[in-house]
Amino acid sequence: MSSDVRFTDFKSDKQPTWCPGCGDFGTMNGIMKALANSGNDPDNTFVVAGIGCSGKIGTYMHSYAIHGVHGRSLPVAAGVKLANPNLTVVAAGGDGDGYSIGAGHFIHAVRRNVDMAYTVMDNRIYGLTKGQASPTSREDFETSTTPEGPQQPPVNPLALSLAAGGTFIAQSFATDHKRHAEIVQQAIEHDGFGFVNVFSPCVTFNDVDTYDYFRDNLVDLADTDHDPTDYDAAKDKILDSSKEYEGVIYKDESSVSYEQKFGVTENMSDIPSGAPDDAMDLVREFY
Amino acid sequence: MPADFNWAIGGEAGDGIDSTGKIFAQALSRAGRHVFTSKDFASRIRGGYTAYKVRTAIDPVQSVVDRLDVLIALTQRTIDENLDELHEGSVIIYDGDRSTMADVEIPEGMIGLDIPLKALAEEAGGAIMRNVVALGAACAVADFPIENLDSALQKRFGGKGEAIVENNKKAARAGLEYVHEEYDHEYDYDLETTDNDYVLLNGDQAIGMGAIAAGCRFYAGYPITPATDVMEYLTGRIERYGGHVVQAEDELAAINLALGAARAGARSMTATSGPGIDLMAETFGLVATSETPLVIVDVMRSGPSTGMPTKQEQGDLNMMLYGGHGEIPRFVVAPTSISECFWKTVEAFNMAEKYQVPVYVAADLAMAVTEQTFAPEVFDMDKVEIDRGKVVDDDSIDEWLDEKGRFQPHALTDDGISPRAFPGTEQGAHMSTGLEHDELGRRTEDTEMRVKQVDKRDRKVETAKATEDLSPREFGNPDSDKLILSWGSNEGALVEALDFLEEDGVDVRFLSVPYMFPRPDLTEDIEAADEVIVVECNATGQFANVVEHDTLTRVKRINKYDGVRFKADELAEDIKATLDAEEDSA
Repeated sequence: MSSDVRFTDFKSDKQPTWCPGCGDFGTMNGIMKALANSGNDPDNTFVVAGIGCSGKIGTYMHSYAIHGVHGRSLPVAAGVKLANPNLTVVAAGGDGDGYSIGAGHFIHAVRRNVDMAYTVMDNRIYGLTKGQASPTSREDFETSTTPEGPQQPPVNPLALSLAAGGTFIAQSFATDHKRHAEIVQQAIEHDGFGFVNVFSPCVTFNDVDTYDYFRDNLVDLADTDHDPTDYDAAKDKILDSSKEYEGVIYKDESSVSYEQKFGVTENMSDIPSGAPDDAMDLVREFY
Repeated sequence: MPADFNWAIGGEAGDGIDSTGKIFAQALSRAGRHVFTSKDFASRIRGGYTAYKVRTAIDPVQSVVDRLDVLIALTQRTIDENLDELHEGSVIIYDGDRSTMADVEIPEGMIGLDIPLKALAEEAGGAIMRNVVALGAACAVADFPIENLDSALQKRFGGKGEAIVENNKKAARAGLEYVHEEYDHEYDYDLETTDNDYVLLNGDQAIGMGAIAAGCRFYAGYPITPATDVMEYLTGRIERYGGHVVQAEDELAAINLALGAARAGARSMTATSGPGIDLMAETFGLVATSETPLVIVDVMRSGPSTGMPTKQEQGDLNMMLYGGHGEIPRFVVAPTSISECFWKTVEAFNMAEKYQVPVYVAADLAMAVTEQTFAPEVFDMDKVEIDRGKVVDDDSIDEWLDEKGRFQPHALTDDGISPRAFPGTEQGAHMSTGLEHDELGRRTEDTEMRVKQVDKRDRKVETAKATEDLSPREFGNPDSDKLILSWGSNEGALVEALDFLEEDGVDVRFLSVPYMFPRPDLTEDIEAADEVIVVECNATGQFANVVEHDTLTRVKRINKYDGVRFKADELAEDIKATLDAEEDSA
C-alpha cells in the first residue's frame, strides 16, 4: 500500500446516475476518503455491492469490485476477504438490500465477524423502483404500495446487529462529510465486522426523512459522554427511538475477527501447479 | 459357487447399521477383496427401515445385483424388505430374544441362524457390541478369516482405547464360535483373501479429495442430503493446505461466498443437491455473466421439490443445462463412477479457470453415498495437472490495458476467453457485474456491445469443443450394431450388465458419456447402430431428449425413477426386453 494515495484515486471516470442531491454521493465520497485515509490503494481494495441505487457504488469507484445480486453483497464480501485476507473489503448496500432481501445474510455476517466494513445507505424508501416502502420506512409513511403506511414497525438495524453479537455498530449522516469519513474509517480499521448505517436521504421519493429532518434531529455522540465500549450504554442508545444518533455507538474492543479465530490468513490464490506433494496421504486415509 | 458374495445388515435407523456395515466393508477391503456398498436409508434420524449392503468379490465390483446371500436382520421388516433378493439357501442371522424378532418368520428354503447376539455381547463386555457378534457369525457363514475383522475393528475403535478394541474382537469371536458350535449347515461361501491393498471410499469423498488435489482452497456449502459428505470431508482437511470451509446460512449465501472467493483468485467450490441448485440459480447467472470460474457440485436426488431426499435420481440435467433466466454458457461434467468423481472434479476446476465459466459437476446419490474399493494408484496424484488459464500479473497486464490504462477483464478475443487479474495485481482494478457490460466490465445497454459480449461468451464453447477431449468412455463390442448410451452412475451397472448379456449371447456397444455440455457429437455412433437405447434414472429421458435433439434420431429409452439405482442383472433383463420388443415389432 502506498502512502501517497488520494481519495480521488478511488474515483472512476464513470459519471454517477444518482439524482442530483442524493445522499449516496456523500456516502460514497466518505468511503473513498476513509479508504485513502487508512492507507489503502485501489489495487488492494475490494468493493462489493448489491442491487438498487446503492448497488451502483462500485461502478463509480475505482477498485476491484463486484456488483452482485440483490441483497447478497455480504456473503460475497466474506468470500473475497477469506480468500485473500490482505485485501481491504467494503460492502455497501441499501436498506432494502440489507434489511429486507438480505436480512438473513446481515444477521449471519454480523455473527461471523469477518474483518470488513459494511455501509448501508439508509434512505428509508425504495428509490430505484420509484418509491415503495422499505423495511426502515416509518409506520405511517404513505407510499405507492402502502397508501396508509406500512403499518408495521420499522426494522431497527442497530438493534439487529447488537442482538446478533455485533462488534462494531455505528451510524453516520452522508452529508456530514468529515464525520462520516471518520466513522467509516473506524469501521474499516476495526478488527471484525464494522457496520455503519448511513442516513443517505432520497430527495426524490422521501419527503419525511430529509436532510433537514436529520439536521434537526441528529445527536452526535462525540458531543456527549457516550462510551462506545459500554454495552449497556450502547443498548440504551440503540433502543432510544426518540432520537437519531451519529457516531460509533458500540465497539467491542476484544473483538477477534473470523479470520484470526479460524487461522484463515493465507492468500488462497497461490496454489501449486499440480496436486500438493503429500496428496497421496489423502488417498491412504481410505485404507 | 457364486463369484461374488452379497451381504446386508438391516434394522431401524439408530441401530448402528451404518457403522456395522462399514466395519464389514473395511474388513473385506483390508483383506484384499473388492467391495461395493450401497445403502437404503430413510430421511429420519431414528426409526424407519435402513440397511447397508456389501457386495464383494476378488475381481472388481462396481454395481449392486438383485441377490442377497447373508442378511443380518435386526427387525422382521428387514427380512420383508429384502424378500425379492433372498434366495434358496440364503442365511438370515437374527437374535430371537430381541423384541422386534420375537415372531420371526424365516422364509421357506432359507437358513435362519438364531443367535443370542445381545447376551453374547454382554458376556464380551457390553450389549452395544451385539452387531459385532453378528459380524463374527457372518464370518463363520462366509468362511472369512476373522482376523481380517480385527484390523477394521482396530480402525473403528482404536481411538477409544485398546480395551474397547479387545472387547469387540472377543464379541466377534463369540458370534463365530456360536455358529460353529450350534449349527452344522453347509455353506457355499469361501471369502478368500489376497495381498492387494485397496482403499474404500464414496463419491462425495472422491469429489472432496479431487477438489483438494486440484488446488481448491475455499468451500462454502449448506448441509443437504446427499451432498453433505463433501463438506464433511473437506472440513479439517482443506485447512492443511491453507484452505477453509464455511458452513453458510443457506445456499444463497453459499454460492455467493464461493463467488467472492473465486473473484479473489481462489479455486472455489460449493456442493448441494437439487433444491439447493434451485436456490443458487439467480447467483449462477451472475457467476456466468461475470465470467467467474466456479465449480458447483449437484449431487442429484429424487425431485421435484423435496422429493425423496434419500433416493436416487438423475432428474436435474435440464436444470443444469438450462436453469436460470437468460442465456449463458455453462459447462456440465458428469462423473460416471466413484473414481471419476475424483478426476472429473479435477477437470472441472481446470475447465472453470480455462474458460472462466461456472462448471457443474453432475453427481448423483447412487455414487455419492456408496463406497467402492480401488487400487490407490487409481488416484495417482502425480497425474493431476492444474491449468489456471489466462491469468495476468503485474508484468503481463500491459497488453490488456486500454488507451487510458484501464484493465479489460471482458476483452473481446477470438477464442472468447478474456484475461483475468486477481485482486492485488497492479493496474488490474476492475468491476464485475451481472449487468451486461463492456470490455472494462462496466454496465452497457449499447446494442452492438451487447451482441459482441454474448457472442464472445458463446465462443468459449466452440473453443472448448476444439480443445478438450470430450469422448465418451467405451465398453462392450465396438462393432456391435446395438448401442447403449448412458451418463452418470449407471456406468458400473451397465458394464456388469454387458457380462450378463454376453452370457446370453447378446453383444452390445456401450458409450458412457461424461460431458453433458459441451458434449461429444454422437451422430456417427448413432448412425452406425441399428438400435440405440438411452439408459438413465429419470422419467422423461432428459439425456435421451438431448441426444435426439443433437442427432435428429429417435432413440429407445430405459428409465428408472422409483428411487433405486439400476441393478446389473435387472438392467440386463431390461435391455434384452427392449431389444426383443424391437425384434417383435419388426
